[in-house]
Amino acid sequence: MKRKMKRWMQGTLAAVLAVSMLSACGGGNDKPSQGVEGEGAAKPFQGKKLSIATANHPWGDAIKELIPQFEEETGMKVDVQSYFEDQLSQKLTVQFTSGSATPDVFMYSPLQHAKQFYNNGWLQPLDEYVTKNADYDFEDFSKASVSTNTIDGKIVGIPTITEQHILYYRKDLLEEANIAVPKTMDELLAAAKALHDPSKEMYGFSARGQRSALVSQISSFMYSEGGEFMRDGKAFLNSPESVKGMNTYATLLRDFGPPGVLNMSWPQAIGVFAQGKSAFFADVNSIYLNAADPEKSTISDQIGYAVFPAGDAGSQPFNIASWGIAMNAKAADKDAAWAFIEWATSKEIMLETQKLGNPGSRLSVWASPEGTVAFPKELAEVTMETQKGGVDHSLPQVNAVGEARDIIGSIVQRAITGEDIQAAADQANKEFQALIDNESGQ
Amino acid sequence: MRTNWFDRNQKWIYTMPAVLFVLLMMVFPILYTFRISFYEWSMSSTTPPKWVGFDNYIALLSDARFWVTVKQTFIFTFGALIVQTVLGVAIAVLLHREFFGKNLVKTIFLLPMVATPVAMGLVWLLIYEPSIGAANTLLKMIGLSPQLWIASPSQVMPSLILMDVWMWTPMISLIVMAGLATLPTEPYEAADVDGASTWQKFWYVTLPLLRPTIIVAVMLRLIDVLKTFDIIYATTQGGPNMKSETLNIYGYTLGFQYFKLGMASTLLVIFFAIVMALTLLMIYVRKRLEVAS
Repeated sequence: MKRKMKRWMQGTLAAVLAVSMLSACGGGNDKPSQGVEGEGAAKPFQGKKLSIATANHPWGDAIKELIPQFEEETGMKVDVQSYFEDQLSQKLTVQFTSGSATPDVFMYSPLQHAKQFYNNGWLQPLDEYVTKNADYDFEDFSKASVSTNTIDGKIVGIPTITEQHILYYRKDLLEEANIAVPKTMDELLAAAKALHDPSKEMYGFSARGQRSALVSQISSFMYSEGGEFMRDGKAFLNSPESVKGMNTYATLLRDFGPPGVLNMSWPQAIGVFAQGKSAFFADVNSIYLNAADPEKSTISDQIGYAVFPAGDAGSQPFNIASWGIAMNAKAADKDAAWAFIEWATSKEIMLETQKLGNPGSRLSVWASPEGTVAFPKELAEVTMETQKGGVDHSLPQVNAVGEARDIIGSIVQRAITGEDIQAAADQANKEFQALIDNESGQ
Repeated sequence: MRTNWFDRNQKWIYTMPAVLFVLLMMVFPILYTFRISFYEWSMSSTTPPKWVGFDNYIALLSDARFWVTVKQTFIFTFGALIVQTVLGVAIAVLLHREFFGKNLVKTIFLLPMVATPVAMGLVWLLIYEPSIGAANTLLKMIGLSPQLWIASPSQVMPSLILMDVWMWTPMISLIVMAGLATLPTEPYEAADVDGASTWQKFWYVTLPLLRPTIIVAVMLRLIDVLKTFDIIYATTQGGPNMKSETLNIYGYTLGFQYFKLGMASTLLVIFFAIVMALTLLMIYVRKRLEVAS
C-alpha cells in the first residue's frame, strides 16, 4: 500500500510540474523581461513569442521562408501553423468563439470573413497602426484591395494577395485549330465546342463545379452580362442578365467540361488543365503556377493568358483582395503583432513574395520592373489590364456568406445535371431573399 | 484507518472514473445540446444566445432540405445495412468451414474494418476518380463504359453504400462467426438423420439458431450507419448538389459552416430521437422473436 502511495505521489508531482512549466511558458508572453529593453531599439521584441496561423497558400509558404529574417531583426520567436483553407476558417472561428488570445496574427479571406469576424469583435481595427510609420506608406495599397478589408469605415485587415479572374488557354491547340483567342462569351463557347473531344480525353473547358467553390467563379460571368448576386438589397439571381451569365458557365461545364466536374474545386480543375486535358481554364490569376510550373504541369510552356471574355455588358471580371492578414482583438501584445503585420506587408517583403509569384496589393511593387519578374510577360500584362477595372467583390455581400454560397451554387449544379436553370434560379432567388431579409431584420 | 475507509468505499471509488467520464463526456453534452436547441446563437462572443422557444424546431421541420436529408439518411442506412447483413452472414457461413489457409483469409478479410475511415475515404476518393481512378480502369478492362461514381448525383448514394459495405461487412461476419462457433451440434445430427440437404440445413437449422446473433449485429450496425459521418465528409461533403447529404452532414454544415448553433442542436436532438426510436424498435422486435422461438 505504501509503495503504491509513493508511486501515485510521484505521478502527481510530475503532473503538477508539467502544468506549472506550461503556465510559465504562457506567462512569458505577458511579461517582457526587463533587461532586454535596455539593449535599445535594435531588437525591441527580444524574447517575445508570436503565434501566426496561415493557409496552405503560396503566400503563406513564401512568408514562412522569410520569417527567420524577421526573427533575426526583431528577436521575436514566431510560431507558424498552417491549415487548409477551409480548416483555417473553422479553426479561427472556434478559437475566437472561445475567446482565445492566439493566434495573434492570421491570414484570412476578407470577402468571406471580414464582416462576420469584425461584427463578432474578433478583429482589431488597424487604423491607428497603419499611419504610425511614414515609411510604411499605406497610400501605396490599391484602393480596391483596401476597401475589401474595410468594414464600417474601419480598416480590419491588410490586403496581401489580390486576384483577378482571367482566362487561361492552350496556345498550341488554338494555333493548330486556327482559332483566335476568344474575346467574347460567344467566341469562348464556340472555341470550347470546337476543341472538345472526349474520346481523346480532351475537354473544351475546365473550371470549378463544386457547389460552394463555384460561386465566386460565376460572379464574373454574371457581371459581364449585367447581372449581380443582389442589387439594392434585393436578390438578383433570377434576372435575365444573371441567368444568362450562369447559363454560359453551366453550358461550358456541362457540354464541354471534364467528367466529374461537380466535385471539382480549383485544385482539381487546374489539374485537368495542367495535365493537358482541357483547352480552356478560367479562374484567378494567382494560382497560375499550378499550371506554369514544369514540375506540376505537362503543358507549362504552352499556356496563354487572356483578359476575361466580354458579355453583353463588356468584360467585367472580379478584381479583389482575396487574402489579407489581420490581428486578433485579444492579442496579448498588439505592438508585437503589428510589427509582424507591418513587416510582412512592407514594400520590401511584398516585393519578395511577389517575386515568388504572389500578386500583391502594393502599386509601387507592380510598377517596379522587379515586381513582375515572377510572372510570364503575358500574365503581367493581362493582370495590369484587369486591375484597371473590374468588380471589387466576387461573393455576395452578406453576413452569412457560407449559407449564401450554398444557395447560389446549387443553381449552377442543377443546371449542369440537366435541370432547368430558370426554375433553379427562381427557387434560389427566393431562398437568398429570405436570407437577406432575415439579416436586415436583425 | 485509511485502508478501512478505502475498503468501505471501494464500490464508489472504483466506479467513479467511469461515472465521471459518462457524466462529463456524454450526459453533459447531450443536455447542453438540448438546451442550445431552444436558442438562436451564431457563435458570436458579443451577441449572447437568444431564447427562441420552439422556433428552431418549427423552422427545421418546415425546411425542405431537412426532409431530403432524412430521406437520404434512411436510404443510405438501409441500403448499406441490408447488403452488408446478407453478405456478412453468407461470408461468415463460408468461412466457418475448415479449409487450408482459413486464418489467413479471415485476417485479410477483416482488414477494412480496422483501417481508419477517413484515410479509407481518401483512398476511395482516388478509386472513384472518373478519369484515372482504379474503378473506371477496372470497368474499362472488362469492357464496360466508365462511370462518374461519386461525381454523379444519381450514383453518389450507391457508391457511398458500396464503400460502407466494403468497410463494415467484416464486422457482421465477425459477430456471426462467433455465433456460429457456439451453435449446438444436436440439431444438425437430427437434420442429418432426417435426410436434410445442405441448403435445408442452412435455411431451417442454422438461420433460426443464428437469429438472435444476427439481430444483435444488425442493431449495432444500424446505430453506426445512421450516424456515419467520416467517409461521407472525406469524400463528398454531402455533394454533388446535396445528393449525399445525410442528417449528420447537414448538422455539421449548419453548425460549423453557417454558424447556426441553435438549428444544428435542434437537428441533433431530432436525430437523437430518431436513433433512440429505432433502437427501441429493434429491442422490441428482438424480444418478440425470442418469445416466439
